Amino acid sequence: MSVTATAYEAVMGIECHVELKTETKMFCGCRNIFGAEPNTNVCPTCLGLPGALPVPNRVALELLVKAGLAFDAEIPAFSKFDRKNYFYPDMPKDYQISQFDMPLTQGGVVKYWLPDGTQRSCRLTRIHLEEDTGKSTHAGSRDGRIAGSTYSLVDFNRAGVPLMECVSEPDIRTAAEAVAYLEALKRTFVALGVSDVKMEEGSLRCDVNLSLRPVGATEYGTKAEIKNMNSFNSVGRAIESEIARQTAILEGGGRVVQETRGWDEAAGTTHTMRSKEQAHDYRYFPDPDLTPIEFAPQDVERLRRELGSLPYERLERLIETDKLRVEQAHQIIDTPGLYGYYAAAAGLSGKPQATLNFVLGDLSRLANETNTPVASCGVTPEALAEIVALTEGQTINSKTAKELLARVWVEGGSPKAIVAAEGLGQVSDAGAIDAIVAGVLAANEKTVEEYRAGKTKVMGFLVGQVMKASRGKANPTLAEERLRAHLA
Amino acid sequence: MAERTATEIARAVNAREVSAAEMAEAAFARIAERDGAVGAFLSLTHDLARAAAARVDAAVREGRHLPLAGVPLAVKDNMCVTGTVTTCASKILGNWVAPYTSTAVGRLLDAGAIPVGKTNLDEFAMGSSCENSALQKTANPWDLGRVPGGSSGGSVAAVAAGEAALALGSDTGGSIREPAAFCNVVGFKPTYGRISRYGLIAFASSLDQIGPISQSVEDAALAYDLMAGKDPLDATTVDREVEATVGHLREDLRGVRVGIVKEFALDKLDPEVRAVYEKAYDDLRALGAELVDVELPTADYGIATYYLIAPAECSSNLARFDGMRYGLRVEKADVGATYEATREAGFGDEVKRRILIGTYALSSGYYDAYYVRAQKARTLIAADFARAFEKCDAIACPAAASPAFEFNAKADPVSMYLMDYYTIPMSLAGLPSLSVPCGYATPAGGSSPLPLGLELSAPLFAERPLLGIAHAYERGTAHARKRQIPPIAAAVAS
Amino acid sequence: MPSGEKAGGIDVAYVAKLARLALTPAEVEKFGAQLGALLEHVDALSALPVADVAATAQVIAQANVARDDVATPSLDRETVLQQAPRREGPYFRVPRIIGEEA
Repeated sequence: MSVTATAYEAVMGIECHVELKTETKMFCGCRNIFGAEPNTNVCPTCLGLPGALPVPNRVALELLVKAGLAFDAEIPAFSKFDRKNYFYPDMPKDYQISQFDMPLTQGGVVKYWLPDGTQRSCRLTRIHLEEDTGKSTHAGSRDGRIAGSTYSLVDFNRAGVPLMECVSEPDIRTAAEAVAYLEALKRTFVALGVSDVKMEEGSLRCDVNLSLRPVGATEYGTKAEIKNMNSFNSVGRAIESEIARQTAILEGGGRVVQETRGWDEAAGTTHTMRSKEQAHDYRYFPDPDLTPIEFAPQDVERLRRELGSLPYERLERLIETDKLRVEQAHQIIDTPGLYGYYAAAAGLSGKPQATLNFVLGDLSRLANETNTPVASCGVTPEALAEIVALTEGQTINSKTAKELLARVWVEGGSPKAIVAAEGLGQVSDAGAIDAIVAGVLAANEKTVEEYRAGKTKVMGFLVGQVMKASRGKANPTLAEERLRAHLA
Repeated sequence: MAERTATEIARAVNAREVSAAEMAEAAFARIAERDGAVGAFLSLTHDLARAAAARVDAAVREGRHLPLAGVPLAVKDNMCVTGTVTTCASKILGNWVAPYTSTAVGRLLDAGAIPVGKTNLDEFAMGSSCENSALQKTANPWDLGRVPGGSSGGSVAAVAAGEAALALGSDTGGSIREPAAFCNVVGFKPTYGRISRYGLIAFASSLDQIGPISQSVEDAALAYDLMAGKDPLDATTVDREVEATVGHLREDLRGVRVGIVKEFALDKLDPEVRAVYEKAYDDLRALGAELVDVELPTADYGIATYYLIAPAECSSNLARFDGMRYGLRVEKADVGATYEATREAGFGDEVKRRILIGTYALSSGYYDAYYVRAQKARTLIAADFARAFEKCDAIACPAAASPAFEFNAKADPVSMYLMDYYTIPMSLAGLPSLSVPCGYATPAGGSSPLPLGLELSAPLFAERPLLGIAHAYERGTAHARKRQIPPIAAAVAS
Repeated sequence: MPSGEKAGGIDVAYVAKLARLALTPAEVEKFGAQLGALLEHVDALSALPVADVAATAQVIAQANVARDDVATPSLDRETVLQQAPRREGPYFRVPRIIGEEA
């Protein structure tokens, strides 16, 4: 449902703030957990009490470097922390420890697929480390926003939580690309254990910088920064809305104002928050309380080895080699344990698409119904591979396959053995089928007449009758074939 | 108590000749008698002292040895001690009670020291006379009409007046050394990074250091040994072995080369002051030292360098005093106006000046010309010292150009800044440096002789040689060989 | 870059705004003069040959000082909130936020 920018293309860069999944905060030993009672995970350091000092969390440093390595970023030999000075009630020190000109990672590229199978990439400018602020709620306004509030309440539990800021180059062109980019980030961060990336819990926040320019132009237009989106879909909607807004302005001969705009989900529009022209003088300087961070090549290599298999590599195998649809491939990767299961089963069966159909179809359904993940169910990858082989080899029909799956889900065991032991193989003998077909046609004269009169849809019913008469064992394709032959 | 050094008190308490409780009471009695006139203490910590004394006495009865058993300790009021009102001599902290204890103070308390109170300072440690305190005036025990020096004026006055046997101060550009010189006590600033700053309310993060103030070099060494060493709560502390200084202090200066700095030539000083330092240098020679000429060509840039870097860091460090989470709040209709009104009412003039100049030095368009340039000048100053120390083991010079001045004598800010001329360069280079009493001179316009201090400085991490040289000088001369507590005549007048 | 340079070189009113200090006009003038005098003194630094000199980043060079990701006790909430200039239940209460950085 894209809004077509008439003569314009949208140019977007995305800035994400991602909370790292560490035990403790960035610069102190307070717990880093969501949802605790207000102001219970605080100490002199993260409250900005007089005399307190910061000491960086080693795991946070390593997680950030791993995040960068996952996207082929460069890890400079020398990196440092800087103070970003500004006043705000949720800022305990009225400066934020961040990184200005020497971040922990530089460059990198995020590669992703759009639903239609096209591959795209978005370059990263950098990923750097900083500390999160406290959280304020605003009292007295209708909607909990700052505007119209009479006072605010601050909780510092979140103050000092390690935050990764990922800044992309303005390589994104559509809302769909933005969403796919964000999902690629999320997928990778979750796989690395770097973050939970739950927008609804605030562990991922993102801002989109969006400008338009005439198609074919190389200069950038004036950009607006959009904030306050609370889900990936929300990001997509906000982008569409903003593209429409800026298009209307430009088409009307006006000029886009450089400003920050907040997304209003309910209204479906963005509104001005503040003019970005009023740039703040953050007076960055190197934080004298902290030492520089110098990752030696051997440390970087160790972290690279610890990355393990990345989502991008797995997706490449699923989409480019196994020829899965993008949506299916994403579902495999995004469900915990499912990739390993699928890869094992497909490896054994040699039939990726057929395996996938069972995994995403019947197995996932059973998983939902029984609240058991596929990865730990009673149908082992070996068992599934057997079912695939039995089905592909026409030994059993799909109905039998379903029943078998459900049974093995609960009892475990080898489908091949069960089929052999209980004679569950489908009837594929033409003679046997013919006999059943004859019987069905005889019992359903009215339907036969309807069919001959042109109502070909009733074939389905007739096939069903053959299946019923054969107690589900007839080969349905063959049944239909023989029915047609008899009715011809 | 007043006649004993910290070392002597600890020995006596450990030997059970006297109890920690008695030492605490003696200190409080001295304070009651004298502090009305001196004004060293902002607050007294009777409860903490009694509890600490009880613990120490119990430990000693069990046969445990505590290095600072029963030693009455005064703590500069910019250091957090759990349960104490901590003000930094400012209105902006209101009656804030610290919920945690500075690492350095904690190490002394663990060693048996008895905290008797928090002492006055220039507000947020910014000043060289203690006159910038927003809360009270501290007088020099040697002449109540004169300043004790600053910013650690209260801590120094407490030890000088015999109200405490040991005190902690902090030194950023000379705030331990200069007042120590004015009040005839030993004041020691170790190498940057030796003693944890956790719990020291920050003024200039790359310069601040906690250090001991005492009646003898031996006491300073004892306190240093106990406080120094890496602290996991302060990333700027160095992970380096602390070589014990107590028991390793030399008694003479044979084989020691002492550098005399060309730029600190004595001919700029008043004749009487000059004579005292010339005698001090002669005494060094008499004890066996070889005096060599060294140069610090960039020393004259120290003040300009310091008064860009320190304010820049302080402008950021003091941003947290905003009325939101603790301390004074002057509440207005919105947060922005509240910040401004609170900080306007809560900070004194000198603090405002430094915040302004610091903010300016970091601001867009000026950062390179001021802050970065000053950090480059700092590199040159450190390099000058490194070159000088190739030729000598320590540098000797005056700690200050003259004895203590009268109240209100330095109303012009820059004239006050010049008081740190001899101490700032060492701070910028992070070097260990101390002041040890070296004589008396009558200031121009004054009527009686007032103390002067000899400043000794050494290369990075050379605390043991430095304290040794100071110890030998102290032992080998008449100065401070025994405690010289000035009589406080006015104190008795009620 | 501050607009409106005042005599002495510093736009004190602008810098005071950055530093959140509500100076009186008398203070603006007084500090302007005093800081101007300091800056004159500071200008001596421009004589130093610093073109090829590295700025001191740390007094004692160290790198990679960090701590393990292990929890340590937090402060007791009441101890902290008791000293808040204003509180509401378990929160710090602050005046209305307008025109500040969001």
